[in-house]
Amino acid sequence: MKQNPNIHYLDNAATTMVAPEVAQVVHDTLLQHWANPSSLYTPGVESGMELNRARSVVAKSLGCKSSELFFTGSGSEGNNMALLGAVRSKTFGKRIVVSGFEHASVDKPAKRLRDDGYDVVFVAPNEDGTLDVDKMLEQVNKNTILVACMLVNNETGARNDVERLAQGVKKINSRCAVHVDAVQAWMRVPIRLAGVDTMTVSGHKIHAPKGIGALYVNEKYIQSFQPPYIGGEQEREKRPGTENLAYAMGLAEAAKRLGSSMPARTAHIQALNQRLRQGLKAFPEVIINSPDNAVPEVLNFSEMVINSQTMLNHLSTRGVYISTGSACDKGAKSHTLAAMGLDSRRINTAIRVSFCADNTEEDVDAFLNGLEDGMKTLQRLK
Amino acid sequence: MKEILMGYQGEMSLKGLNKHTFEATLMKILRYRLKPLGEFKVYCAQSTFYMEPLEDGIDMDEAFARVSKVFGLAALSRSVVCEKNFETICETAEMYLGDALRDVRTFKVEAKRADKTFPMNSPELMRELGAYLLGKHPHLRVDVKNPQMKVFVEIRDYGAYIHGPKVPGEGGLPVGTSGRGLNLLSGGIDSPVAAWRMARRGMALDHIHFASPPYTSDRAKLKVMALASKISVYTGGCNLFVVPYTKPQEYIRDHAPDVLFTVLMRRSMMRIANKIAGKIGAEALITGESLAQVASQTVKALQCTDAAQDLPVLRPLIGMDKNEIIETSRHTDTFELSILPYEDCCTIFTPPHPKIRPELSEILAAEAEMPGLAELEQEAAETAERIRIRLGEEIEFV
Repeated sequence: MKQNPNIHYLDNAATTMVAPEVAQVVHDTLLQHWANPSSLYTPGVESGMELNRARSVVAKSLGCKSSELFFTGSGSEGNNMALLGAVRSKTFGKRIVVSGFEHASVDKPAKRLRDDGYDVVFVAPNEDGTLDVDKMLEQVNKNTILVACMLVNNETGARNDVERLAQGVKKINSRCAVHVDAVQAWMRVPIRLAGVDTMTVSGHKIHAPKGIGALYVNEKYIQSFQPPYIGGEQEREKRPGTENLAYAMGLAEAAKRLGSSMPARTAHIQALNQRLRQGLKAFPEVIINSPDNAVPEVLNFSEMVINSQTMLNHLSTRGVYISTGSACDKGAKSHTLAAMGLDSRRINTAIRVSFCADNTEEDVDAFLNGLEDGMKTLQRLK
Repeated sequence: MKEILMGYQGEMSLKGLNKHTFEATLMKILRYRLKPLGEFKVYCAQSTFYMEPLEDGIDMDEAFARVSKVFGLAALSRSVVCEKNFETICETAEMYLGDALRDVRTFKVEAKRADKTFPMNSPELMRELGAYLLGKHPHLRVDVKNPQMKVFVEIRDYGAYIHGPKVPGEGGLPVGTSGRGLNLLSGGIDSPVAAWRMARRGMALDHIHFASPPYTSDRAKLKVMALASKISVYTGGCNLFVVPYTKPQEYIRDHAPDVLFTVLMRRSMMRIANKIAGKIGAEALITGESLAQVASQTVKALQCTDAAQDLPVLRPLIGMDKNEIIETSRHTDTFELSILPYEDCCTIFTPPHPKIRPELSEILAAEAEMPGLAELEQEAAETAERIRIRLGEEIEFV
């Protein structure tokens, strides 16, 4: 890492290091703008103005209006709000269509809704792990109230054609809500909101702290959108609770910081990805699981010979940090790879490397050296 | 109105002249468990343990929950104590149980007069108190065969006790009255249950865990710590020894026939456990083996494992069905933790087809081919990390 040459942190899809500029903004805000943004006296009004400033920066980076953006506590919270809110607002039907490789914070609420009597359809991805847009659209009818899908997959980095999906859904049923989980996509790929009703993003994937995220709600949908919370007037009653101003400011700073450097960053990360792919060619057993269209930030592959938890522990002792799947699943078997229909050996030996702009060529080399060493010394699967 | 807790002896009451040592141990445990909640007077009379709070405002629900997990008590109840005088008994019974009686339709009074100087005998007391309560609650009916609620009155030396129904306790014998054992804790479902079962027979215990980094992770170790902490409410505070086992395990993998690997590894673990048991004065090893559950748990394999060292190996689950074991692990609240998906030392390097009926002679021959193993085992035993698991100090596993 640029920050510390002894740490090779290659798990940026799980979380990222907080950028020093962001930490500084959070620190300063905590001390300067301690007042409640909803209070009527001067310091409160100032806090409120800062909050709106933060909101407009984040909104701008997403290409939406400030009035369409609501701060949340996390990406998972935003996803829960979007799903559980949609069924309260859209009462004309029972069908919900979601892709079969969603993050747990979409997958589990969808399963809860299925248990509650909704007709929830999970659509398997294409063989390469990308969204099968046509199959999704086949399931959409006049009775469909919600279609949900992620823009970039957290485990393989696959880019999904959400734009075509959203527009297709609207053609079939203009009343149906479309939810996009853009947690892994924000600041990695351009985001287009055409046809999208709700979208979540999260701070800690873009070098802001954990504990802050945002939910976009299309202005036409805001009036009828009823999230499962009730309480205070904050965030226009969509997400009650005293606003986390310092973290919202941190989120805005992080968005500003990355927003201005997107093309250069992508080129750097693309080069790291290429270096890694090149290095992996030395291992004949390796099979790449990420599809061709994946974002360069994520590369998922199966080394096919060593249990991936063992490899993870081995690399960890060398200061190289990678993961075997979604960190939110705490070591359980990969949900996305299983949905892709991969065999158990491929799933059990899968490794996800995920980059950020602070990674260097040395990180890639340290990973490749560690991998080579592990392949030689660790017990092979029978 | 003063509420007290009462615990009733089970098996302990059958003990002969050494009964008082069991009672003394149990009282010591009860005092220790209750101490954090406030001052209690704990004493034993006529095979019953009395726990009397000496301060106001003690959380009696929590106190009851704590002592109900102590081995040695076959049943427990909460009672109020009052003067041994019929009027006082009636008023106290109405005050303490009146609310509960309002919610039922049938009841019965049971009385036991241990103090024979009390002027009414048991049947008289039952009849008269029953009549008094009926007068207060005209909706009630007496049903001596199958009442919805029983009102117990006991006239004892120290006073009259009025209590609702007895709740079954954990049974068994007080921990510390049956020697000390060293439990092999892998992180699976069985080994915490084995510890619970032996502690229930009065055995004090410590745990030993074999870690094989990088094949096992730090999280696997944390999980084992959390398991030891969970069952400490039954076993009491204990030590967890974490043995770095990678080197002996790899040595066996590289120097022994594949099919014998598991039994050889278990023998090696037993030898290391024996060394640590010697250091801490444990008189037995405890495992969660259940007959024929896996290849290393057949009679032949157990014979080979037993011959590895000289301490008795206690296997409380040997005749239990997996479902029974799971039931107990739910009871001890360890099941959910046990099934978390982290690799443990027992499943690493295992051959696809291990030998089901190994002969001791071939095992000994294979060990003769591994001259370097003893030294690695010695080193592993010496470098084991000792982690203190304190009672009530919850290790949350995240």
